[in-house]
Amino acid sequence: MPRPFTPKVVTANALLEGDVVYLREDDGWTRELADADVLTDEAHAQVRLLDAERRPGEVVGVYLADVAPTEAGPEPTHLREDFRRTGPSNYFHGKQAERQGSEV
Amino acid sequence: MYTYSEFDAAYVAKRNAEFRAQVERRIDGSLTEDEFKPLRLMNGLYLQLHAYMLRVAVPYGTLNARQMRQLAMIAERWDKGYGHFTTRQNIQFNWPELRDVPDILDALAEVEMHAIQTSGNTIRNVTADHFAGAAADEIADPRPVAELIRQWSTDHPEFQFLPRKFKIAVTGSPNDRAVTAAHDIGLRIVERGSEIGYQVLVGGGLGRTPMIGKVIAEFLREEDLLPYLEAIVSVWNLLGRRDNKYKSRIKITVHEHGIEEIRALVDDRFAELRPAFTGIDQEMLATIRAEFAAPVFRDAPLDAFDAAYDKDPAFRSWVDTNLTDHRAPGYAIAEISLKAHGATPGDATAEQMRVMADLAERYGHDELRVSHEQNIVLPHVHKSDLPALHAELQRHGLATANIGRISDIIACPGMDYCALATARSIPIAQEIATRFDELKIENEIGDLKIKISGCINACGHHHVGHIGILGLDRAGVENYQITLGGDHTEAARVGQRTGPGFSAEEIVPAVERIVDAYLILRDSADERFIDTFARVGMDPFKTALYEPEKEVRADAA
Repeated sequence: MPRPFTPKVVTANALLEGDVVYLREDDGWTRELADADVLTDEAHAQVRLLDAERRPGEVVGVYLADVAPTEAGPEPTHLREDFRRTGPSNYFHGKQAERQGSEV
Repeated sequence: MYTYSEFDAAYVAKRNAEFRAQVERRIDGSLTEDEFKPLRLMNGLYLQLHAYMLRVAVPYGTLNARQMRQLAMIAERWDKGYGHFTTRQNIQFNWPELRDVPDILDALAEVEMHAIQTSGNTIRNVTADHFAGAAADEIADPRPVAELIRQWSTDHPEFQFLPRKFKIAVTGSPNDRAVTAAHDIGLRIVERGSEIGYQVLVGGGLGRTPMIGKVIAEFLREEDLLPYLEAIVSVWNLLGRRDNKYKSRIKITVHEHGIEEIRALVDDRFAELRPAFTGIDQEMLATIRAEFAAPVFRDAPLDAFDAAYDKDPAFRSWVDTNLTDHRAPGYAIAEISLKAHGATPGDATAEQMRVMADLAERYGHDELRVSHEQNIVLPHVHKSDLPALHAELQRHGLATANIGRISDIIACPGMDYCALATARSIPIAQEIATRFDELKIENEIGDLKIKISGCINACGHHHVGHIGILGLDRAGVENYQITLGGDHTEAARVGQRTGPGFSAEEIVPAVERIVDAYLILRDSADERFIDTFARVGMDPFKTALYEPEKEVRADAA
């Protein structure tokens, strides 16, 4: 039996800001993991990855990251991805600060 | 200190203009990332976890006030108001945007700074003793020769595509504060009779395969130094493994071929190269040396210092921990700790940078140093100025009296910033410092070096920490391995692993058990941790770590 496919999102860093981005279902880039397109089929995920890699004018270092789908949206399964979607733990900088800024 | 010649200024300006054009071509799509990446790395620009990171060279850790103020300006204008001083005496900005980097480089050039060769497979920033030109124990100032090596290695056409990065450190003192034995080449200024020369170590390095450098030349005359360095790098450039990046550093080449074979090859190459060095390098060195002339030291009464020392316990504590003997009477080397308890090791805000710049100008002959231990040094302060200096430091959160203490921790950026990291370093350092500050036993513990790396690459020098901590990823969870007995000095030694690692929650209590064991085991308050470890060995510490219910005794083994 083939191993079950772990759901993925396409992620990268934005070319200009260097900020972490995720591919949305409509092919746009989002700064929020919660808005990312969750890919549950391996072949589809590979196609989405190849498409994203053909956009070097927008992003750098495209790859597929594992996620666990939840009702609140995809959640990272690895520590590194948790940091990427949040920001550093020693200062309230990066996405966590931007998120708060946009809510105010 | 060294000031740029017309040639230096023109070279940096040209490189900056070239990089500006490369950034534009990347943004307009003319360059792919694969094409652009080596170009940006040559100019110190990395892409990290959350953002770009720009690493700026601070040659041999030396800065003047104007340069420090410019770093503060850059931090405020293009970053988030702070900078991170590194274990290679550089400074990193963690949040620049790609479009701004050419402007940042131009701002650096205004104060004779750049980011060239702070990354990539080149000869990196040459580091040196942070007490250079000031230390009482110094044979000769290592900075002139470090500057000569900087000039020789910058844009050296043969050495722009080396098998891997290459790091050189120089000490002018027998007390090695530059970790020379953990560098690809370590240079130690030594005396033979009345002649000054260089002991050359090769093949040291930390990372995944830690090695202590081996002596390749016991005594090299000064005029032979550059051709000899060129011979070493040249031999490695041909022999070095380009097939496997884990085996590409010169430490592996030396290990695989043996120091005798490497020495013979270097001697042959040296014989070929030596005639090409006709003495111009020595003329340049003499010119450079004149630029590093010592400041005019003054003679002044020490009454104000003595009075403050007797009266003010906070000042006394700072003097006792943060000062080092200066070679000039009445002077001291003052270290400004960037390790306030609970703060990020090595970080300074723009305001703190300006304060340090002002203090250097007012009391320190306009000189600042970055230490590899991620602190700032004012190398020349007259003791009568120290009370006023200390008061000013206190006002800006810079008067922490903990140099060489357990909270003076080296920590790499770790998983909080670094794309290579496997675990966090900074929060572990913050928690250890906070914990021992609460316990109020730092001074009782005395000299103890904790060094933390967030991955096997060992930027946090964990192998040579008295207590080394290495953060790893164990199935998606941070796990911290401990090594004990490492030494970063002239008696360099790689620490030994204690055994299984600890979780992020367990690591601080584990360090506390090691320290408690040391306090029981030491034969007197004068026996440093590293000496106790050398005397009693690993076993009692293992007992303390893994069998805490058992009594810790020196003869437990």
